Amino acid sequence: MHLAYPAVLAALLFCTGLYGVLARRNAVLVLMSVELMLNAVNLNLVAFDVWLRDALHAGQALTLFTIAIAAAEIGIGLAIVLMVYRNRGTSDVDRLRDTAEGNEPAPGPDQSSVRSEVTA
Amino acid sequence: MTTTTLAVLVPALPFLSALAGLLLGRTAPGFVRPLAVLPTLAAAVLAVLVAVRQGGGPAIDSATELTPTGSVPIELALHIDGFAALVGVLVGLVATCVQLYSTAYLRDDPRYPSYAALVSLFTSAMLLVVYSGDLMVLLVGWEIMGICSYFLVGHYWETEAARSASLKAFLVTKLGDVPFLIGLFALAADAGSFRITKILGAVAAGGLDHPTLIALLLLAGVAGKSAQFPLHTWLPDAMAGPTPVSALIHAATMVAAGVYFIARLLPVFAASRAALVVMAVMAAVTMVGSALAALAQDDIKRVLAYSTVGQLGYMTGALAVGDRGAAVFHLLSHGAFKALLFLGAGVIIHAAGTNSLSAMARMDGLAKRIPDAFWTMTIALLALAAIPPFAGFFSKEAVLVAAEHTAAGESEFAPSAAGWLVLVAGVLTALLTAAYATRLWLMAFRGRGAAAPDHGKEPLAMTGVLWLLAVPSIAFGLAAGPLPDWFDGHELSPTLTTSVLGTGAAVVGVMLTYALWQRAAAQAARVPAGLPAVAAAAEVETAVEESAAQAPEVEEVTHEHPAAAAGPVADPGKALLGPLHRHAAAGFHLDAVYTALFVRPVRAGAGLVRFLDREVVDTYVRGAGGGPRLLGALVRRAQTGNVQSYLSALLAGAVVLAIATAVLANVNAGS
Repeated sequence: MHLAYPAVLAALLFCTGLYGVLARRNAVLVLMSVELMLNAVNLNLVAFDVWLRDALHAGQALTLFTIAIAAAEIGIGLAIVLMVYRNRGTSDVDRLRDTAEGNEPAPGPDQSSVRSEVTA
Repeated sequence: MTTTTLAVLVPALPFLSALAGLLLGRTAPGFVRPLAVLPTLAAAVLAVLVAVRQGGGPAIDSATELTPTGSVPIELALHIDGFAALVGVLVGLVATCVQLYSTAYLRDDPRYPSYAALVSLFTSAMLLVVYSGDLMVLLVGWEIMGICSYFLVGHYWETEAARSASLKAFLVTKLGDVPFLIGLFALAADAGSFRITKILGAVAAGGLDHPTLIALLLLAGVAGKSAQFPLHTWLPDAMAGPTPVSALIHAATMVAAGVYFIARLLPVFAASRAALVVMAVMAAVTMVGSALAALAQDDIKRVLAYSTVGQLGYMTGALAVGDRGAAVFHLLSHGAFKALLFLGAGVIIHAAGTNSLSAMARMDGLAKRIPDAFWTMTIALLALAAIPPFAGFFSKEAVLVAAEHTAAGESEFAPSAAGWLVLVAGVLTALLTAAYATRLWLMAFRGRGAAAPDHGKEPLAMTGVLWLLAVPSIAFGLAAGPLPDWFDGHELSPTLTTSVLGTGAAVVGVMLTYALWQRAAAQAARVPAGLPAVAAAAEVETAVEESAAQAPEVEEVTHEHPAAAAGPVADPGKALLGPLHRHAAAGFHLDAVYTALFVRPVRAGAGLVRFLDREVVDTYVRGAGGGPRLLGALVRRAQTGNVQSYLSALLAGAVVLAIATAVLANVNAGS
């Protein structure tokens, strides 16, 4: 089989994942898109491993490694999304803007003195 | 004990007393008085012992190397010749008198412990200057005196006058000390040593490359310390300190240090005729100017201060004509009678409740209230006016004789022009000195008006000291015979010509002042309480107020005192000086000249620097802060909180980088 098929498939998968990460609003779907991107990379790794006839099968080993990490990552990610949903009643990425500029909590007295020093 | 050990103990004892006084002053107030008086007394006794053992014979020298500097070593050296021994005795005597007097004069002062300790330190520094055989060690004492004078003049630091006077004393003397230090280094570089004996040896061998430069640099320091024109302005203002401090500064320490320093290093100055002429001009201007100014002062202490400046002018004049024996002779006798004058003035201020002469002139019977001060002040004023047979006559004659010898061309190194200058100025000043001494006496003790207030008897510690100092003021002239053995061997006894000249001038001054005073007093008695009297009274009142403002101690040392009734005052000084009086009263406007010449430009310069700092340098600093702030505000706009837009920017950046890498790789591969 020609190398182009798995490579094009992987590229398509990656682009789909990328689009999902950048454009989807639901945090769960963002996480799923991340999985898509990881799997596109996995596909590439396996394909090139075969094509290069690597004696140590480093690509396959790395793929297993990635799968394990992806499992852990999705576990923690879903847990975070669950907690966010419980706290705020939504998992919409667009509405989670707590780190935006001008959205800081009111500064305490000690912080204000530090700030005034900085501004001075 | 060997003489060397004794001589080391002389400055060490007051120093230890100062240390102990500063440490124990608060915890053990009972020990303060003995700690102040006894070590000083012991130092005086030891100084007498050293003088007896030295006996005018060959100089006692001993040295130990203090610091190996790699080039010119600094040595802890003693050099006691006749000059050092006798000046040491004077310092010890006057310091003891001042300490004794202060126990009574400042008995109610809460800061007496630190005051006494500083006086001890002052004494110790002066003794160090006197006995030191190494110029660097001498400089240490010299500078300690500077800082002590700052503290002591500013003793009443609650008042503005005392604060500014102490600062002025410090800064003006420092102005002289900077060239002095440079001069010392130049001298040591030329002579290869800081030791006085070695320097004198080098001078005798003609080893100085720049004698004029060195002499003039050193002269600047001496002018500052010894209050010579044009650096004398600090001394009259230093009257803001307590009167005993004035006595100490004027009689034995500080101002004497400069004259004594030149006397020690006279061969260095004599190596340059230009320096001697400069010194003579300085002395002549100082003498005449200060005597005129003294004639116009209203504050009794300022009169005495200007008279000190004038008498120091005599000493500098004697040095300018190359006779250090005469200079130190006058230094010694002047030390005795000037200390007496100041301490007596303290008693007068104490009794009269004012230090304004015109206020005293309106008091009747002040002399009867304080007979001790009256008699001793009379003696001291006669000595100041150089009336024979008092001490001042002999020492002043010695100066005039030396000047006359030089003027006649008999001196081996001093130019005769310097001799003429000093002689003429000296005779003129003798007249003026007698005039202001008479004026002071008449105005203080021959006042007419309300009876002087009665404060009871003055304490024995104050009056006894006066009589003690009166002895040398009367009899020190007898020393003119044996003194040349202690000094260089020049004859110090008066000759006929100069004594007729000097005494004649003095008698003329006395008569003239007395006559003018009689006339002024008669006029003052005639004038009814009309308009002119009111104007005169207002003038006097302002003068009294001014002097009261300048003398915080009056309030401290005197008792409750009713204001003297205003009225016309017989002041012979006004009639004698005529239109000059106004300028002389202001010290010939030298302070105003300094304000215009130095203070204003310095202030303008400071304003410029302030402007440059605030407006120019700070603009850069503020810009350095403001630029990043502005950029930061721009970047903060991108901080939307939306993770996806951050990621998009990241992706866009990565794509741009990848494309750029690819393009660059292709371009490089193609080339």
